[in-house]
Amino acid sequence: MSDQKTDQMTGAEIVIKALKDQGVEHIFGYPGGAVLPIYDEIFKQDWLHHILVRHEQGAAHAAEGYARSTGKCGVLLVTSGPGATNAVTGLTDALMDSIPLVCITGQVPTHLIGSDAFQECDTVGITRPCTKHNYLVKSVDDLAEIMHEAFYIATSGRPGPVVIDIPKDIQFAPGPYMSPEKISKASYQPPKKGDLNGIREAAELIASAKKPVFYTGGGVVNAGPVASKLLREFVGLTGYPITSTLMGLGAFPASDNQWLGMLGMHGTYEANMAMHDCDVMINIGARFDDRITGRLDAFSPNSKKIHVDIDPSSINKTVHVDVPIVGDVAHVLEDMIRIWKETACSPDKQAISDWWQEIEGWRKVNSLGFEQSDTIIKPQYAVQRLYELSKDKDVYISTEVGQHQMWAAQHFHFEEPNRWMTSGGLGTMGYGLPAAIGTQIAHPEALVIDIAGEASVLMNMQEMSTAVQYNLPVKIFILNNEYMGMVRQWQQLLHGGRYSHSYSEALPDFVKLAEAYGATGIRATNPGELDAAITQMLDTPGPVIFDCVVSKDENCFPMIPSGKAHNEMILAGEPADVEVSEEGKALV
Amino acid sequence: MMMNDRSIEAHTLSVLVENAAGVLARVIGLFSGRGYNIESLTVAEVDGEAHMSRITIVTSGSPMVIEQIKAQLSRIVPVSRVTDLTVEAEAIEREMALVKVAGTGEKRVEALRVSESFRARVVDTTHESFVFELTGAKTKIDAFVQLMRPLGLKEVSRTGIAAIARGPEAM
Ligand SMILES: Cc1ncc(C[n+]2csc(CCOP(=O)(O)OP(=O)(O)O)c2C)c(N)n1
Ligand SMILES: [Mg+2]
Repeated sequence: MSDQKTDQMTGAEIVIKALKDQGVEHIFGYPGGAVLPIYDEIFKQDWLHHILVRHEQGAAHAAEGYARSTGKCGVLLVTSGPGATNAVTGLTDALMDSIPLVCITGQVPTHLIGSDAFQECDTVGITRPCTKHNYLVKSVDDLAEIMHEAFYIATSGRPGPVVIDIPKDIQFAPGPYMSPEKISKASYQPPKKGDLNGIREAAELIASAKKPVFYTGGGVVNAGPVASKLLREFVGLTGYPITSTLMGLGAFPASDNQWLGMLGMHGTYEANMAMHDCDVMINIGARFDDRITGRLDAFSPNSKKIHVDIDPSSINKTVHVDVPIVGDVAHVLEDMIRIWKETACSPDKQAISDWWQEIEGWRKVNSLGFEQSDTIIKPQYAVQRLYELSKDKDVYISTEVGQHQMWAAQHFHFEEPNRWMTSGGLGTMGYGLPAAIGTQIAHPEALVIDIAGEASVLMNMQEMSTAVQYNLPVKIFILNNEYMGMVRQWQQLLHGGRYSHSYSEALPDFVKLAEAYGATGIRATNPGELDAAITQMLDTPGPVIFDCVVSKDENCFPMIPSGKAHNEMILAGEPADVEVSEEGKALV
Repeated sequence: MMMNDRSIEAHTLSVLVENAAGVLARVIGLFSGRGYNIESLTVAEVDGEAHMSRITIVTSGSPMVIEQIKAQLSRIVPVSRVTDLTVEAEAIEREMALVKVAGTGEKRVEALRVSESFRARVVDTTHESFVFELTGAKTKIDAFVQLMRPLGLKEVSRTGIAAIARGPEAM
């Protein structure tokens, strides 16, 4: 520990001081007995803004939205026992999507740990598999160091959530403070620079490709705006097509002609076909997730694969790659561009132009097309109109989970990173509203819209109170199909149309619900009134719940059914009963 | 693409960790959470001043799974080093066992005779029992236990495998 013996502080004071020194301005939380000393310190100061959520899961997702839309670490504070267990879904979500969070949990006093005390739970035990790292603070002497180390671990390497469990007696105990510069970070040193030989090998392979495709992911967004800039530069230099996972949307501008749209289970025909037929795949910051690969043994069978990832455990996990490069995407791209220019790499123009021709053929399929209606609002149309009417604003989008999420990914287009907050890895219904709140806290002047499903949004609907309390003008745009649409779709396609418990029975009147919270409710039921209603929503200064009543039985296409390959995608308008193997059915 | 079904190999991994609370739980949780096998696991502090412990794990899986296990272990924050003693070096592997055998007459004499040929030490004796201490490779201990079975084997306590690379280099 340091020799800098400043005045002693209480544990709670140390927590607050450490937050200040880490540059934290906002903390999402919910009080309780085991964190009262920390709340007392929050009461005594005025620079740290505490946002009182209505459920600890909401605190975690709000912190995630805050983190994703800023690139900073999100911070939350919850009490022991139920406070901590309520946060677990959000922590798991952050772990799966590599979101930096620091979560402070109160714990029963040290001498009661293990006695089944009131509101005691084994927080470090419960959160061990859903955090990047966690701590139970055993002595106030370690507290400052742990606080700073937690921020360092959450934000460096592959980011993730870190829990600090602080027994109440330690919050009262006097101890030393130590500033962030003083802590030793020796034991955790994730790589930054990629191996130059690997990068050279990759550059050669990229230059020699005849049917290349860039496949990018959330790692580009996590590596900061500079990584997106470098990606644009490199993709531009090569002239190659690029697709991205759900998590990576916005890292490359959707308006660019080289952009193929999202890939994967509900990705575009051109993106998935390019992945299947390519000869060189350039994976930058993506992880060959099962939503992306489909059937593994038929995944891009003829390609050489390059994989850039900061996490060595992502490499060769499910898909064998030919050129692995472990490093931060921004650093690797910087070196890659330098080498590319130095060695005057020049792609085979003829081959690339032939490849583009093939891709143009796939593009003509217009896989995101849908049958328009002038009597009912099609959900895809609703997202398209929302996009057209809001794209010139400073807009951030969050989503819940389901069909609406996929339609948002397909039809709302992103030009910049950090604009798209969605639960990818865990697929957490109830993510979108609190994430929108966190995003709005970070960007008070921006337009923040949660594109929601009527089922998902009810899971954290209580956060409307938070939005109203802090005057956060979030717009909740519900594609209300009265179904857990994604579940209904699977039941239709894979379970013989037996719609077991997927109907959204007994829904509230969302307009009245908004009003009950003190917000504004708007409803649109036919395409003719949609634009005016959306405009009204955008012009409303406070929070809005928009009940967009859409067709009930729309399916989300294209779709690669579980256990199928990229080139076995089903498109809209094709016969809708899918032959899926028993093995495929067992997949999720 | 997926190579999980390739030949299964056993590997001995040495993992140097910070001796802090919860580290062992994280290591074990990784194996149970991701469905990896643990055939043997030993842990003890090896450097009191630096607070470092060494965990030796014998695991098995396809080459791709073994690579995953090593990468996943390295990712645990308080893990400072992971070495695969099965591929990176020629390693010495030893296990210690305490073996209790009870019996009289012919069987007792035979048990003692077998223990001598295995260079086991007698660490406790009564008129009707022995406790043998035996150190060696896993296979040697397996063989010894097997031989003791008909001679009145009562119980066995084994340490699990400790391993170290040959030669002057440290892990
Ligand atoms: C917490 C949670 N529970 C269950 C699921 C499984 N699930 C995935 S999508 C979905 C339906 C979502 O319905 P809705 O929010 O109305 O969206 P839609 O698909 O209709 O657009 C369900 C139940 C989930 N993803 N998360
Ligand atoms: Mg729905």
